[in-house]
Amino acid sequence: MPQVKGEVKVIFAPSKKIKGITFGLLSPDAIRKMSVGSIITPDTYEEDGTPIDTGPMSLRLGTIDPTQKCKTCGNRVGQCPGHFGHIELAKPVVHVGFVKVIHQLLDATCQKCGRLLIAEEEIAKMRQMMKERPRLWSILKPKVVPKVVKKAMKTMECPHCGEEQSKVKLERPTTFYEKTKTGERRITPDVIRARLEKIPDEDYEVMGFNPKLSRPEWMVLTVLPVPPVTVRPSITLETGLRSEDDLTHKVVDIIRINERLKEQIDMGAPMAIIEELWDLLQYHVTTYFDNEVSGVPPARHRSGRVLRTLAQRLKGKEGRFRSSLSGKRVDFSARTVISPDPNLSINEVGVPVDVAKTLTVPEKVTPWNIDELRELVIRGPYEHPGANYIVRPDGRRIDLRYVKDRKVVADVLAPGYIVERHVRDGDVALFNRQPSLHRMSIMAHKVRVLPYKTFRLNLCVCPPYNADFDGDEMNLHVPQSEEARAEALTLMLVEQQILSPRYGGPIIGGTQDYILGAYLLSHKTTTLEREEVERLLFMCGKTDIPRPVILKPKELWTGKQVISALLPQGLNYTLKASSCRKCRECTKSECPHDAYVVVSNGELVAGLIDKKSIGAGEPESLFHRIVKDFGIAAGSWFLDNALKLFLNYAFMHGFSMSIDDKRLPEEAIKEIEDALKKAEDKVSRLIEKYKRRELEQLPVKTLEETLETMIHEVLSNARDEVGKIAAKYLKPTSRALIMARSGSRGSILNLTQMAAAVGQQTVRGERILRGYFERALPHFKKGDLGAIARGFVYSSFKKGLSPLEFFFHAMGGREGLVDTAVRTSQSGYMQRRLINALQDLHVEYDGTVRTADDKVVQLKYGEDGVDPSKSDHGKAVNIAKTIEKVLGVAALE
Amino acid sequence: MKKFTILDHELVPKHVLLTKEEKRELLERLAIRPDQLPWIRASDPVAKLIGAKPGDIVKIIRKSPTAGESIAYRFVVP
Repeated sequence: MPQVKGEVKVIFAPSKKIKGITFGLLSPDAIRKMSVGSIITPDTYEEDGTPIDTGPMSLRLGTIDPTQKCKTCGNRVGQCPGHFGHIELAKPVVHVGFVKVIHQLLDATCQKCGRLLIAEEEIAKMRQMMKERPRLWSILKPKVVPKVVKKAMKTMECPHCGEEQSKVKLERPTTFYEKTKTGERRITPDVIRARLEKIPDEDYEVMGFNPKLSRPEWMVLTVLPVPPVTVRPSITLETGLRSEDDLTHKVVDIIRINERLKEQIDMGAPMAIIEELWDLLQYHVTTYFDNEVSGVPPARHRSGRVLRTLAQRLKGKEGRFRSSLSGKRVDFSARTVISPDPNLSINEVGVPVDVAKTLTVPEKVTPWNIDELRELVIRGPYEHPGANYIVRPDGRRIDLRYVKDRKVVADVLAPGYIVERHVRDGDVALFNRQPSLHRMSIMAHKVRVLPYKTFRLNLCVCPPYNADFDGDEMNLHVPQSEEARAEALTLMLVEQQILSPRYGGPIIGGTQDYILGAYLLSHKTTTLEREEVERLLFMCGKTDIPRPVILKPKELWTGKQVISALLPQGLNYTLKASSCRKCRECTKSECPHDAYVVVSNGELVAGLIDKKSIGAGEPESLFHRIVKDFGIAAGSWFLDNALKLFLNYAFMHGFSMSIDDKRLPEEAIKEIEDALKKAEDKVSRLIEKYKRRELEQLPVKTLEETLETMIHEVLSNARDEVGKIAAKYLKPTSRALIMARSGSRGSILNLTQMAAAVGQQTVRGERILRGYFERALPHFKKGDLGAIARGFVYSSFKKGLSPLEFFFHAMGGREGLVDTAVRTSQSGYMQRRLINALQDLHVEYDGTVRTADDKVVQLKYGEDGVDPSKSDHGKAVNIAKTIEKVLGVAALE
Repeated sequence: MKKFTILDHELVPKHVLLTKEEKRELLERLAIRPDQLPWIRASDPVAKLIGAKPGDIVKIIRKSPTAGESIAYRFVVP
């Protein structure tokens, strides 16, 4: 074993401590002081490619070229922090960010003497408070200051020198006008600056500013800082062409106009020309700061692309704050499309080989694993179970991609080294799908390296991730430390998350084909031959075959026997299946539809296994009972094996749906037509009655509303009735019906819409009436209240919709789409805010709910102290089920 | 005519002023300072009616969908 050398402890003695940060304005002097030189040339490089010394890419401003040294500090790329330059503006210009403040200041102070337009005594009073009671002032400041400024802005005569004031108008974005008796006169930035200069510090303070940090005249620029080149690096394209940063382009524009303006002034050009250039300079400086100012056309690149200037760099989702500073990114992660694999365990995730060769796990070399790790190192970075890096005990990393002979490296491997090996089967990884709305959106899985390029997952874990396979992508993260792995494995593994903390029921469970398979297998008529039973049971590792129920002429097993073989011994349970017809009187285990599931000591005695028994998110299901009474291991075994069996039975059985599944016999169609006709008659009778004003008004409703409600009722009853007729006549072997009954896909409503009639279409919960005046479409009479005119669809999807019906259906369908789009964004935002507000609440050991600073929120969590994750759908105990469990099912019968 | 007070309204839960003794006992039981309880303004309509003064603690007994009846306390602040 190598000796661990004594570690050198480095203690950093704090030389300076940050006490606080203040924000202020840059004064012209400050700008000149921090500048390394004036930038006056509007060109970036000489012909030979060297940067122009007085240009915006000057080497004095720092360097971005690895071959060059900074002329100011002598450092190279990584070391040189960059240095500011400056531009002396030929004429002052207004800073766009401060126009509002400038406007207020101009309006609130005297044009002649610069004093605040407030009586001397009042100013003195406030100054006194500022001096003597600074803390009180800091509290009152935000309330008092705006009032004072507002009052001063209204004052039209200076209380100090008696000068009459004129109103200053701000023409957005950057022009100021003065309203005098003779008319409006423009105030140029140099005049503005002169006026702001006159404001005394004392008055400026009363307006809530700190003259030490900002003088008002600094809001009108005379000098412009030029940011270091490191802030605006140029990019060299493959073609060798240089492409400059947007900011550089803007700086060049400013310099060019500034130089032109300077020339014209020196030449003594007419005022009109100077003013034109001045405005242009103002435009360039404005867009340099913010290229999205309203009222100014955004500055564009030669290609027509809008430039991304200073404000754009900071603002918004892709800005410096939200993206660069609060944004987080990670290593050891991967993202691809997901696809299903029913043969994986729910605790596994299939990882593509290519991904597995990039993601690594650091493994410390020990005498026990050294041989294995040597082998991995020899195999190298390009062959799957290999390794990418070696970390030597001195912390040096060896990249195996550039090692000539890996055998040599493998030989020097010794305890104390760390090998970053490829992820392989059995490693832990966190798997995540956005949006991460609850804790089950990130769960730990065990890696299974597989061919092809997608992540694979068991279908049972789709519900917690809310994933499907229409192109969904998911993320994978590999924990790097032993602690992280242990935590992930014990807390976050999928099987630990079967029960939702929201209500204590399973959120992981069977969907679609699983439910269908279970339904078909548990069906009364299902009999299986020896070979089939063996095949099915062997799939879940069961080798003991139960005794067949029928011995002659052939050995036959029922589907329920096979299911019983998968249920844990000692399980007693009853529930109503999803195929329950809700008869008036329940005969329980004698149910003629076999919809009453009875499990007695792990034996499925009666009932169809369907959505209510094994479905995801179903409370009080058979699966829920298994997890709760027999533990997580039994639950995950059931999901891995029993559900796989159900799925495979569905394969064995075969299942396909066709249009015949919705075909109704002649007499059924006749009956449906009659029912619809009757409803139509009823509606027209109602309308007649309404027109004769004989309709009996319902309470709290107008006559019109009464009619609407009654028609609505008649029509929805008609649809229900028609649905019942359809259900009655549909063949019980109809695949669509089987799917709806078992709860695997579709509902009876979907079926009746396909087979019988689509029914009333609504927009905003009312029969359709929009588009034209008092009618939905020009095909109807104005004020037609009949069923067809207001969006009742008589046809079935199978028969096909008439053009008018189709249009109404599209109207209703569109509303649904819009609603979901709006709802998701709104509920998402609400949830975000709720989480923000509630995130630090916790339950103390005494059962009280406290905030982070230990204030009491509730004396008892939820007022009853029930932990919903351990409850039975919010209730502390389910007495009926407990009795059943204790006494056994037989006792109840 | 009987004058209506908001205390009679169904949606106004029962508010009770705690005595000094009860107050001490409560704070001891929860091991907290009174200001760690949720607050109620002395100017709150119900607080005014039952004569709660700053520094008092009000016990509120209300119906709860989860627990049948629940008890909450409020610290009266000016």
